[in-house]
Amino acid sequence: MSAEPAARRSALSSRAAEFILQTTAVAEADIRKLRHDPAELFTRMIQPALWLLIFGQVLARTRAVPTGTMGYLDFIAPGILAQSVLFVSIFYGISLIWERDLGIVHKFLVSPASRVSLIVGRGLSSGVRASSQALVIYFLAYFLGVKLRLDPGCVVGVFVTVWLGSAIFSTFSLIVACIVKTRERFMGIGQVLTMPLFFASNAIYPLAMMPPWLKTISTMNPLSYQVDALRALMIENSVSSFGFATDFSVQAVFLVIVIAIATRIFPTIVR
Amino acid sequence: MDKPGVSQTAPIVEVQSLTRRFGGITAVDRLSFDVARGAIFGLLGTNGAGKSTTIKMLTTLLPPTSGSARIAGFDIADEPQEVRRHIGYVAQMLSADGELTGYENLLISAKLYGIPKSLRSERIAGALEFMELGDQADRLVGQYSGGMIRRLEIAQAMLHHPEMLFLDEPTVGLDPAAKMAVWERIRVLRQEYGTTVLMTTHDMNEADQLCDFVAFMHMGRLVAMGRPAELKRQLGPDADLDEVFIHYTGTSIASERGDYQDVRRTRRTAQRLE
Repeated sequence: MSAEPAARRSALSSRAAEFILQTTAVAEADIRKLRHDPAELFTRMIQPALWLLIFGQVLARTRAVPTGTMGYLDFIAPGILAQSVLFVSIFYGISLIWERDLGIVHKFLVSPASRVSLIVGRGLSSGVRASSQALVIYFLAYFLGVKLRLDPGCVVGVFVTVWLGSAIFSTFSLIVACIVKTRERFMGIGQVLTMPLFFASNAIYPLAMMPPWLKTISTMNPLSYQVDALRALMIENSVSSFGFATDFSVQAVFLVIVIAIATRIFPTIVR
Repeated sequence: MDKPGVSQTAPIVEVQSLTRRFGGITAVDRLSFDVARGAIFGLLGTNGAGKSTTIKMLTTLLPPTSGSARIAGFDIADEPQEVRRHIGYVAQMLSADGELTGYENLLISAKLYGIPKSLRSERIAGALEFMELGDQADRLVGQYSGGMIRRLEIAQAMLHHPEMLFLDEPTVGLDPAAKMAVWERIRVLRQEYGTTVLMTTHDMNEADQLCDFVAFMHMGRLVAMGRPAELKRQLGPDADLDEVFIHYTGTSIASERGDYQDVRRTRRTAQRLE
């Protein structure tokens, strides 16, 4: 009898090893593609740069947004980061439709890799793309004189948060792709989704400024928790308004929910 | 119950009353057949006859509406994970990733199939060599020719040495030379590894040259099955396989002409199946 739990444990650990191998393989495919053609990483850096350099600089001069003791650029830099993570991730699903049309998704689905690993792997690789956004924001913010927290713990925290947010929105995007199934419909839905998610959040103005109905919606928006965590981790003398525990548990719950839904719905993309 | 390895004589594919409906359309209608181990089995029919839907069900991509099938002793509905471990599949579309090199395509597949690190490079090199792509491994697949991509995809599908290989229209769109190269590799694959092959095609010459057994599908149903030589003999001394097909289905597979209604229906069906 004593051998049984040991056998079960080793079966479990070999299953776990296989899961990790398959998950990282999915991410690796994507990362190797980026390495062959990194142009996308650079073009994606333009949008956050414009938001920060133009929108942020101009609004900072108006002093119209009450951000307390924090300068407006300090306030908006993490918001722009969260926004660009959202924009990059929310259109991630279109690549799934593209790969479905080519026949690449079929190859993944007939492999014995667990459906969860196929989903988590994609979430993982979208985090790599999103991390490039964090780099450019840090770089620009530094030269714009934003009071950055540059101790390694906080910087690592920012990248972890970016990865988490990107995994949530890219997985959500996969769900949308599996439902709409065509590129044209996806583009339409993508546009419809991003702006409300962005505006109903604390990315470019504080929750305190919002009318009550919008505030209610914003507190149900995972992006608000993403922004809140990023702001506290990135900017000197800022504190999380929800608290880190809330920020990360809300995001974790969202992530688990979208992964669970995506895992169920994913195989329908090839039917 | 037949488990793999227990009985080599048991059929590797057992299909029973397999049916798939899409809304009101019955794409595959009570299909039943067996495939013997080591055979090259051709599923023939016009576009929209239900071949691809059948392959999708057998490779666990699409659940059947009713009926059942066992691959290598495992039920496609109850043990899909086990079925996937024992099969290789090359989709009708070009499933190799053009943005990766040939080697990278195989590396990702090797990991998805859980091939341990110690075996990986040997298996990848072996598969590339076998498909005569050894010197092309580090080129981006986007620069390959159609025939090379097909061979790479077959290499990819055989990395884990599956007992059973599903090829959906493996030579469609290839020039004659590339086509012959793929046929030859399929034959050698069966010879060296004893791999069973189930392929769809609407090339009668291909079926005649390559397949030990053929099954004709028409509007979702199986209308005839047997060795190509037998089927031809039954019809007459000089009959070719295309004539056999016309005899059983009433339409020619080669011309694919059909009237407007026919085309419209098959196109619509094809769209629904996507």
